[in-house]
Amino acid sequence: MDWNFIIFSVVKIAVVIGVVQGMVSYTVLAERKISAWIQDRTGPNRTTPPFVKDIPVIGPFLIRLGVFQPLADGLKFMFKEDFTPAGVRKIYFFLAPAIAVIPAMLTVAVIPFGSTLGAQKMVIADLNVGILYTFGIVSLGVYGIVLAGYAANSKFPFLGGIRSSAQMISYEISMGLSVIPVLLIVGNLNLGEIIRWQATNGWLIIYAPVAFIIFLVASFAETNRLPFDLPEAETELVGGYHTEYGSMKFALFFLGEYSNMVASAGMMVTLFFGGWTLPFWGLDHAAGTLASGIAHILIFLLKMGVFIVLFIWVRWMFPRFRYDQLMDLGWRRFLPLALVNILVTAIILWMRA
Amino acid sequence: MENFQNLISETMLPDMMFYVFAALTLLFGVLVVANPFSRNPVTSAMFLVLTIISMAGLFVLLHAFFLAAVQVIVYAGAVMVLFLFVIMLLDLKEEQHRKIKMVAIIAGLLSVGTIVAIFLKSLHATNLNAHASPVTEGDTALLGKLLFSQYVLPFEVVSVLLLVAMVGVILLSKKNLK
Repeated sequence: MDWNFIIFSVVKIAVVIGVVQGMVSYTVLAERKISAWIQDRTGPNRTTPPFVKDIPVIGPFLIRLGVFQPLADGLKFMFKEDFTPAGVRKIYFFLAPAIAVIPAMLTVAVIPFGSTLGAQKMVIADLNVGILYTFGIVSLGVYGIVLAGYAANSKFPFLGGIRSSAQMISYEISMGLSVIPVLLIVGNLNLGEIIRWQATNGWLIIYAPVAFIIFLVASFAETNRLPFDLPEAETELVGGYHTEYGSMKFALFFLGEYSNMVASAGMMVTLFFGGWTLPFWGLDHAAGTLASGIAHILIFLLKMGVFIVLFIWVRWMFPRFRYDQLMDLGWRRFLPLALVNILVTAIILWMRA
Repeated sequence: MENFQNLISETMLPDMMFYVFAALTLLFGVLVVANPFSRNPVTSAMFLVLTIISMAGLFVLLHAFFLAAVQVIVYAGAVMVLFLFVIMLLDLKEEQHRKIKMVAIIAGLLSVGTIVAIFLKSLHATNLNAHASPVTEGDTALLGKLLFSQYVLPFEVVSVLLLVAMVGVILLSKKNLK
């Protein structure tokens, strides 16, 4: 058995999960800070762990920035009473948060987050059906929400779960179809190959802008973010599918949502924005040295950061859609658009060949 | 990928994994229809999802990565979500207390018997010592080429069948067609 492979895989999995968790907790902070700036507030600015105040200049600055807020949030969720309401379906009530988190974590397995570091490829599983794997796992994510709605055994969460399942199935179709032009152009399902193609031919956003727009909007709907957060619309459904949840179980749903957000930002970077490559400074081919390997990872994280900020920005700038508008947009606008996009791309490729 | 394939082919792992996934598929399959702890249809549906995912594992062991992914996307991700959707909107209480009818048992035994007979007959016809050579090796491009050249007629017939089903559903769901 190839022990080297196993050990390196385990290390990669541990590091990636750690980084994604870190990104999730700081995305929550970014969300709170950016929303505060958009609404002319200050946001979290006073969480102070012991001794930090005594560090000159940097200490107060970090405190004002709210850097320690995610730690405090995490501790609060862990130590809150884990209350189980009467009348819930116990097994599903405990399972649903886990089912919401696991697919979100699994999606990042095929995303190449860097070229090479030493002799190791910077991707956990270099599958030759990478994109299909992602869609398969993403499509399982809906069970967490549906089961949460069912387990709560009350009206509002149930409606939230039903809404979510209809919404996610609808937008999965547009999302899947929107990626097909990309696959037609590149001719490969492997995400690493898609990045290599972009390194030589230019980013795919130039070749398939319509596909990117559909993918972007569909991923807002898939991650249940505003303007499409109908499953948890506060004004109509109290809290939607997680109304009956508290403490860490409640936090797990948010962990799942933000991990999905991080993963779809990673997918967008990989599919349309050249992944870990930059078209200048010789950063567009696999790294030879350790320094350029680290540079590739940093480039990837930076590009992802841009999309995460976009996600947050859109959430606080646009009002929520009505449910019929959401369905209308998905089925009667994006689905035909995606189909026409496939046809046009195929015809152009056929004329060229 | 190369490492991964070495890991699968060089060791006893694939055999072990086959027994694990086959056992899981059978176990979950039994729990779908005869769960001793719960007669809740939602539980049955969830076990059916697990059966489908275990079967995707079997496809992976056959190097049919494309089929495995499509199995999860289509059946676990779309069809079963719609199943769950409908089951949750139905009256579940009545279903839980329903007695199993004699006719249903006989029909079930008959259909299972037929499938077992077909299985035994095909098992008898195959040479068990012959090495199966994977034709497509999970290559999506090759699979696509085969579908649109050698198997184009069955492929198109199935497409038309799906279209007919879709038209039928629209006809059924629209109550007052003009």
